[in-house]
Amino acid sequence: MTQTTRQTTPHAGADGLTEMSWDPITRIVGSLGIHTKIDFKQKRVAECWSTSSIFRGYSVFMRGKDPRDAHFITSRICGICGDNHATCSVYAQNMAYGVKPPHLGEWIINLGESAEYMFDHNIYQENLVGVDYCERMVRETNPGVLELAERTEAPHAAEHGYRTIADVMRSLNPLEGAFYREALQVSRYTREMFCLMEGRHVHPSTLYPGGVGTVASVQLFTDYLSRLMRYVEFMKRVVPLHDDLFDFFYEALPGYEEVGRRRILLGCWGSLNDPEHCDFTYRNMSDWGRRMFVTPGVVVDGKLVTNDLTEINLGIRILLGSSYYQDWEGQELFVTHDPLGNPVDPRHPWNQHTIPQPQKRDFDGKYSWVMSPRWFDGKDHLALDTGGGPIARLWSTALSGLVDTGYVKATGSSVVINLPRTMTKPETTFEWRIPRWSNALERNRARTYFQAYAAAMALHFAEKGLEEVRAGRTQTWERFEVPDEAVGCGFTEAVRGVLSHHMVIRDGRIANYHPYPPTPWNASVRDTYGTPGPYEDAVQNTPIFEENPPEDFKGIDIMRAVRSFDPCLPCGVHMYVGGGRTVEKLHVPTGLSGMAG
Amino acid sequence: MDAAPSTPPAPAPAASGEEAPIHILWMNAGLSCDGDSVSLTAATQPSIEEIALRALPGLPPVAVHWPLIDFESGPVGGADTFIEWFFKAERGEIDPFVLVVEGSIPNEEIKSEGYWSGFGDDPETGQPITSSAWLDRLAPRALAVVAIGTCATYGGIHAMEGNPTGAMGVPDHLGWNWRSRAGIPIVCVPGCPVQPDNFAETLTYLLYQAAGSAPMIPLDDKLRPTWLFGATVHEGCDRGSYYEQGQFADAYDSPTCLVKLGCWGPVVKCNVPKRGWMDGIGGCPNVGGICIACTMPGFPDKFMPFMDEPPGAKVSSALSGAYGAAVRRLRGITLDTVDKEPRWRRTGHRLTTGYRPPW
Repeated sequence: MTQTTRQTTPHAGADGLTEMSWDPITRIVGSLGIHTKIDFKQKRVAECWSTSSIFRGYSVFMRGKDPRDAHFITSRICGICGDNHATCSVYAQNMAYGVKPPHLGEWIINLGESAEYMFDHNIYQENLVGVDYCERMVRETNPGVLELAERTEAPHAAEHGYRTIADVMRSLNPLEGAFYREALQVSRYTREMFCLMEGRHVHPSTLYPGGVGTVASVQLFTDYLSRLMRYVEFMKRVVPLHDDLFDFFYEALPGYEEVGRRRILLGCWGSLNDPEHCDFTYRNMSDWGRRMFVTPGVVVDGKLVTNDLTEINLGIRILLGSSYYQDWEGQELFVTHDPLGNPVDPRHPWNQHTIPQPQKRDFDGKYSWVMSPRWFDGKDHLALDTGGGPIARLWSTALSGLVDTGYVKATGSSVVINLPRTMTKPETTFEWRIPRWSNALERNRARTYFQAYAAAMALHFAEKGLEEVRAGRTQTWERFEVPDEAVGCGFTEAVRGVLSHHMVIRDGRIANYHPYPPTPWNASVRDTYGTPGPYEDAVQNTPIFEENPPEDFKGIDIMRAVRSFDPCLPCGVHMYVGGGRTVEKLHVPTGLSGMAG
Repeated sequence: MDAAPSTPPAPAPAASGEEAPIHILWMNAGLSCDGDSVSLTAATQPSIEEIALRALPGLPPVAVHWPLIDFESGPVGGADTFIEWFFKAERGEIDPFVLVVEGSIPNEEIKSEGYWSGFGDDPETGQPITSSAWLDRLAPRALAVVAIGTCATYGGIHAMEGNPTGAMGVPDHLGWNWRSRAGIPIVCVPGCPVQPDNFAETLTYLLYQAAGSAPMIPLDDKLRPTWLFGATVHEGCDRGSYYEQGQFADAYDSPTCLVKLGCWGPVVKCNVPKRGWMDGIGGCPNVGGICIACTMPGFPDKFMPFMDEPPGAKVSSALSGAYGAAVRRLRGITLDTVDKEPRWRRTGHRLTTGYRPPW
């Protein structure tokens, strides 16, 4: 191997399709491969495979361990949303141990998790996905669009300070862009907010079953609130900035709504508990689930199927089909019935056995370490996605119309976010309205709006927490005993969407533990019924708007489609686009030749 | 030990006439969670943009190939493919480079086929190239190999008892006495995740060393930078004084010493309580989070169950319980005295400070 430059030019195979792969994909978390077959004549992606190439085996090595270790261990599943796992695990443990933390402990967790949303969405939106929309990227992929952007005045220039859309794009250029650098700083003080409540980022130190070890004081809340108000002021610029940028793409590239578009099949497991109602019992889960500050829900074709957490729980199925695991059919069932007496399916996470079976990657057979979680609605195994999290959360919350804290109100068709006056900006209201499509741009737009949502909610939590401190109720942790036999489940919304933890305790030890983060849903692969996973599905529908010929093709529209889901592979994936049967081997880009045969 | 060459062998200078950069190749495809990558973006002393834009005096130019924020993203074999830099390094076309490894290295020899962890595809076979294969290919050419996080350094959480992958740290894989061609041992910066500034500082040190302005990086026998990992958690913990006074928490929300509730701080090498998590904020036992020893080679198995009292703490905490109670009483008396102002601070016609007025 002495070749230093690309020696091959992508050639279409006999079927007119060109295999191309992106593996590993950068500017996401973890190792994801997307392998595609592209029809350059029709300017469409014909086929897509998503593949994840890393297996660690949490469910395997957690067996037999002390259940109280679970949140410390599962946090390490992910380096950007580990605290979501720790939180979810603590919820599952609270249920299993029958402990209800003091209200203040719950407000502190809510403040920590809100800061996680604020941090994570910000850094991802501006420093990872934002690069797909920066001046340099647009210049290299759609010079015509950049020319138009130079001539297009930004409608909200008064709010964010950038005169033209091209100015917005320039500000997003890596390192050189002023807004890019500012966002990095914002990602830091939001993490400081997080650390105030949960000790350290991303693996929390002060989270425990029964509450938190955080010492609640006036100082704690003042330190948080001062930073929060800076963020609130920041969002008053960022929401209009992204509205301008994303609206421009619809205008500049008619038909861009098709990029990353798929059927509306959204899941949201709810997040941010209300301690007034949440007692962590399974029996009351449907009720306290509906009292969450982000309402759980399954949304199909724009309609709310359910917002009942118990129903959501019982509908979860883990399918195999294209993943490197032995099936567990016929193995022992851990939980035949839930605590309410409802039958639990053998393919439910409570009953899952993880039996790894490493093997060669074969895009016609097994090709990923990710499994295929589906939601069974009684008829179909739906390949739900989370759209990266925010779009599903806002959609589900908007439709249910249950949330109303003053700062945030769900209307049935929208979510209204009221941000109070800040140092240099007046009171501002943003309204996220249910969009027409579940596509790349709307996933991105929702991410920005959810940042404002999280900030507004945090104001509410800070007020409630401070109320407790001022009243002298500073206890944040409650004692518990670990029972010999118990089951527990935790539901929350990780940054990227649905997160569940299912635990079974036997003889005081972990007998079974299966975490299901959002990325296994989004990055899942073709299941036993042949249904592709959401990335695969969304990319397969993606038209190509890029102006580059195949030789210089970057696949920016594909990357925008994939990144709109905010992939997080430690939590679950690897994608692959390609899988040609007829591609000429000599002309296949690296990485695909072996798959062509 | 020898210092790194002050003028590392470099390819022809770039066309612009600028100094050739030191490449940093970041491999996040060990068994990892990318938490160390994410953590580094929190660093401010210095920050990643300050390193990249050479805000500190004397820093050499760097070209960072880091999956988390890299501009380049393919496609494979296309115009700007991220993974191509790794192939270039293997072919000796970029020099010098520092290899950063994140995540533990699985044992790929314990199974008949497939991979536990892959990073990019082999153009010949179309199958993923394993992380351990990359390590074997690139380590001999690297100026230095840096293991970031407890997984890459010592195996960490993914090397827990009962794990299916046989995971281990980079020194376990390459050998603890391994030296780079520049004579630099594997540099281990443990932590789960790595404390942001700890890594930014180590990287900065290595860049200064590569530029010829710093001597060989001082490492201890577990290959940790000595100035960061020389002291224990307890030695830097602001709750250590509660320990001395025999005041031990029996609930996690108590502000006193957490040792009876699972804190391993007295025997763990880590600077977090002293340094804070970021910009002095946050931490572990100093803010109510038991130390689970996430920087240590014995992590996690030697510290579980985390929420139980470390066996060794029982004796010492009993001793300090007795001694500390007496100390605390005496201090209470003194405190009572010094908590009152001297009596001459008062209103009235007479000055009682001891000064003799001339009027």
